[in-house]
Amino acid sequence: MLLALGASLIVAVALLFDLVGPALVEAWKRMRARRRRLENFLMADPGRERRAEQRARELLRSCVNDEEWSMYRELGFIRVWSAREAHDSGGEVAYLIYPHRPLISFLVSTGTPLQEHCVVFPDDPGPGGSDRLPDSDDVLAKWMSLTGDELRFLATANEHAVGRQVKIDQVRSDIWRLSRWEGSRMRAAAHDEPDASAPVHTD
Amino acid sequence: MKSGHGEVVIAEGDVNAAEDEERLMEEFRRQIESGLWAAVPVQDAMNQRSARMVRSFEDVPRDAERVIFMPRAAGG
Repeated sequence: MLLALGASLIVAVALLFDLVGPALVEAWKRMRARRRRLENFLMADPGRERRAEQRARELLRSCVNDEEWSMYRELGFIRVWSAREAHDSGGEVAYLIYPHRPLISFLVSTGTPLQEHCVVFPDDPGPGGSDRLPDSDDVLAKWMSLTGDELRFLATANEHAVGRQVKIDQVRSDIWRLSRWEGSRMRAAAHDEPDASAPVHTD
Repeated sequence: MKSGHGEVVIAEGDVNAAEDEERLMEEFRRQIESGLWAAVPVQDAMNQRSARMVRSFEDVPRDAERVIFMPRAAGG
């Protein structure tokens, strides 16, 4: 009698588990996920991204030249000259490197935007769950790839007409700002240099 | 460079010391095999700065101060 009752109980439990088991497992997983999200939220360090960007800026500064660093700090992008012979474009080509936006190629002589070169550097998600490099690391990665192996880098990128991700008005404005910025630097440099034509007074 | 971190020092050493060189070589190989790109910042005689992309430890100039690893680029 007891044996029969026991067997029935086992069968009943097994059937019950079959019915509610998957729902229980699902609920358990949801609870764990909620708890993990809560823990991540509570342990999130609001300064982490800022410190990461600070380190990235220092690394960028140590790699690029003074002009490029000033350009990035003051204009928000870096101009890199192309090593390519631009027969098809009719002149010298350069790129604007923005953080987390496509590279923009343009014709130096006329300032005409040529193309958007869309490229990303997807990383494994960091502690905050983001796979994005800090802004200045993204700029440095593009700068190194462009100056190191332009053709290989461009072969990786998806090319589009300018205006797809970066507004063409902004590109034109940035190219104009760059020329003004360079002009003012050249004037400042000329002002600082001693004038060779000035008379030299000796005692 | 790493998301959420910025610069992370992976290994340091003197390539002229055999033990260090072996360790640096091993770490370099590990990073490349994990899919990263490697670059060495360089400066020419005209003080122009650029980077040299390197694919093997032998490509790294002996006088290089550092090798920077970055995620592999992909079309965006």
